Amino acid sequence: MADIFKEYEGKLPQKILTDLKQFMPAKASQTKIKQICEQVVKEYNESKADPGECIGNISAESIGEPGTQMTLNTFHFAGVAEMNVTVGLPRIIEILDGRKELKTPSMEIYLKKPHSQGTDIKKLALSIKETTLDDITSEFQINIVDLSVEIMLDKQIMKDAGITNTIVANALKKYTKGYNLKQQDDSFVIKSKSKDANLNDLYKIKEKLKPVHLKGIKGVTQVLPVKRDNEYLIITAGSNLKDVLKLDVVDASRTVTNNIYEIADLFGIEAARQSIINEVFGVIENQGLNVDIRHIMLVADTMCNSGIVKGITRYGIVSQKSSVLAKASFETPLKHIINSALIGEVDPLDSVVENVMINQPVPIGTGLPSLVTKIKK
Amino acid sequence: MSEIYLNNKLVGESQNPKEFVDQLREERRKGSLSANVNVFYDEATTNVYASTEKGRVRRPVIIVKDGKSLLTEDHLKRIESNEVQWKDLVEEGIIEYIDSSEEENCFVAFTPQELTPEHTHVEISPLVMLGLCSSLVPFGNFNQSTRLNAGSKNQKQAVGLYVSNYPVRLDMDVNVLHYAQKPLVQTIMHDVWGYDKHPAGQNIIVAVMSYKGYNMEDAIILNQGSIDRGLGRSTYFRPSIAEELRYAGGLIDEVSIPDKEVKGYKTEKDYRFLEQDGIIYPEAIVKEGDVIIGKTSPPRFLSSLDEYSIATATRRESSLGLRHGEKGVIDFVLITENEEGNRLIQVRVRDTKVPEIGDKFTSRHGQKGIVGMIVPPSDMPFSASGMTPDLIFSPHGIPSRMTISHLIELVGGKTGALSGRTIDGTTFQAESEDDLRNELLNNGFRENGTETFYNGETGERLEAKIFVGNMYYLKLKHMVTNKLHARARGPIQLLTRQPTEGRAKEGGLRLGEMEKDTFIAHGASLLLKERFNSDNTAVPVCESCGLLAVHDDFRNKSYCPLCSDNVEISMVEMSYAFKLILDEFKSLGIYPKLSLASKY
Repeated sequence: MADIFKEYEGKLPQKILTDLKQFMPAKASQTKIKQICEQVVKEYNESKADPGECIGNISAESIGEPGTQMTLNTFHFAGVAEMNVTVGLPRIIEILDGRKELKTPSMEIYLKKPHSQGTDIKKLALSIKETTLDDITSEFQINIVDLSVEIMLDKQIMKDAGITNTIVANALKKYTKGYNLKQQDDSFVIKSKSKDANLNDLYKIKEKLKPVHLKGIKGVTQVLPVKRDNEYLIITAGSNLKDVLKLDVVDASRTVTNNIYEIADLFGIEAARQSIINEVFGVIENQGLNVDIRHIMLVADTMCNSGIVKGITRYGIVSQKSSVLAKASFETPLKHIINSALIGEVDPLDSVVENVMINQPVPIGTGLPSLVTKIKK
Repeated sequence: MSEIYLNNKLVGESQNPKEFVDQLREERRKGSLSANVNVFYDEATTNVYASTEKGRVRRPVIIVKDGKSLLTEDHLKRIESNEVQWKDLVEEGIIEYIDSSEEENCFVAFTPQELTPEHTHVEISPLVMLGLCSSLVPFGNFNQSTRLNAGSKNQKQAVGLYVSNYPVRLDMDVNVLHYAQKPLVQTIMHDVWGYDKHPAGQNIIVAVMSYKGYNMEDAIILNQGSIDRGLGRSTYFRPSIAEELRYAGGLIDEVSIPDKEVKGYKTEKDYRFLEQDGIIYPEAIVKEGDVIIGKTSPPRFLSSLDEYSIATATRRESSLGLRHGEKGVIDFVLITENEEGNRLIQVRVRDTKVPEIGDKFTSRHGQKGIVGMIVPPSDMPFSASGMTPDLIFSPHGIPSRMTISHLIELVGGKTGALSGRTIDGTTFQAESEDDLRNELLNNGFRENGTETFYNGETGERLEAKIFVGNMYYLKLKHMVTNKLHARARGPIQLLTRQPTEGRAKEGGLRLGEMEKDTFIAHGASLLLKERFNSDNTAVPVCESCGLLAVHDDFRNKSYCPLCSDNVEISMVEMSYAFKLILDEFKSLGIYPKLSLASKY
């Protein structure tokens, strides 16, 4: 049987071949298998897009039309305030525009056993959550007479987060060079070593200390352990995949972030492409709509084929168009025309928009082929 | 110490603001202070604000003292016998007007029954919470508010007797209904407003059922017999206005039958209705293109007056014709003078509009729909008594919209018609549904308004009992004949050479961006090119410099203004809009060079 499949390796994609092997009945005869394979090849070739098929336009319509039906902008997690995820049309626009700053960055952290079965899941989640000095401080007091800052700590919050005075002291040391750090029972007093300290400097150091990182993973502002399909995982608000993957308890093969650029940096452009597909498809499925995945794949391919993630904007992939008129017909026409005039750009007139503008057949479908005749001499 | 403001200006202080406010109000009720003054005591700041300004929205309420309304039975009797009028009640201090700020200090009861000693006022009627149009919807309190709104809005567009002196008026774009009736189911506001003086609809028999699918999606079906007897028939009036304008140099427009020499002279046939004064005669039957007022204007530019031409030949034709797609009868001709002293001629055209497929009708409950089919009376479903309905309304319009008032009016109208009286459907105080049903039963009909019906074509009995009754239906002013539009050839814009836009200019129907995309998605490239060639032009292009060249038709010779005539010049087909953008580039100092290549 294996020999027959080998024959088809160039003719069919790997996925179809493996599927065929898996679902082929064991008792099928050699000739039957051959027949089936021939039929599959035929069907496969028929399902390919024809030359001149306007796939980009069809993709745009296929994603754009369901976009008009999308509702409900944000989805809230029950129980946790300030934790919501952008979904629906705003999220799709965010992805396709290739925004660097997401509205709601978030991760889904899968865990290794035994944590994936729920062991210490809450403690683990809390250890991932970022705690800053500001979070555990009840009050910052500036003493004008002594020229010192007193940081009053909230013991209860510290206990809940598992932070001791030593951790705080160690963290503060790095940022208080040139200052005396005095530890009291539930407060720290910071005083300048130099004699000509002024109030302005004190205020600056106070502001500098507020975001000092004490514990957890930078950027993770909220954590939420959830159970999904008999397995516990942690959903976070805020994203820092690089640091999360360094943890031993994390299942690095499945943990993801919704930030495409982070994935592109960590795993490369192919992973980013897959991530775009997953995210867009996820949103559309979430809304109960149905879009063929090949449309989304095409969009992801276009966004990634230059090696870096580029959004569908006038700065992203639209700026790569070869035609001056096509660029100008998108956004900021004057800018494109002036820049092209300065360098004397030539418009090859080989895509759709510019040919519509000059009323010539667009090189798509019936407008693509042209006739060649031999002239007798 | 509390501050006292008059029209937001500080005028004094008071130790006892509450007492002061009470005293002011007492004075106002007695009449020693104008009834237009309102006082407001602000609990939060203990300040007093009195207002006498114009522009405050105020409403009348009945004053209550010690839990008793000051308006007594005695007053009501005297009102009925016309001894007392509204004005007197206000002067007597029984009714007062409160504004939005004084309202804050009042405790207004909705009905006299719920009065307690704490109340300060009682509403005259629950109906006052509605506006004029909303209170004209019968049984409005049975509806969702959105439907009440829709019902009110639709009534404003109804065709009726909008004024009774319409024959001597020259209103633009108006309709008058031929056999307008006052509604069988009325509200108090119909009496108060004098609705029977300018009604806007007709009481017709409505059956709630489907008919061959031609009343799907809010469509309605009309009975041809009813239309023949005048249902929904209306007249449309539109005046045309011509003015003898004066121009610089003592030149003036002239209303007359244009001379044949005049520039732009149409044909003799077009002017056939004009009398000696150049104006059409009344009762002439006209159709599109016929001239109503013959007029000529002086030439546009005085310089074009050269010595050799005769005076009349230089004048321009500027007659007023009937617009594209219009027809009618000349109804009224008015010759007058306007404020600048110019002679003004107005000619009103009238056209009878018989209901047809596409005309819009509505009940008073936001149940609008357009005519989907007109059925001969012989084919209409009929009841056991042989009655055929005037209109068939689809039951699918009811569940999602929940217009209960529509259904109650149907029963109410039926009862009213059978008992020969009008039914009171005033919002919040209408006749009870049970009473209406009982009365219907006593008239020998099923109390729920249903009747046995028979298929109009086969005569078979319909299995379902059909809900049928009388309703007040309105014809809305949106009629197909005023909206229908299509074009194959027609006028183009001067600048772009593309078709004009809009029905009034006989414009084209735009094939827009998204429609273009569907052509592309189908790969129908050459079809798309053909659809977009409305402004196609062939222009000569110089192959040496790539700019537009010139073709001289007299000498049959092409040349390039830059490269003289020793260069290759080819005709290139492109859209005129693209030629325009090339010109704009040039005006910006950008050199748009076309490099030509053979297509094949």
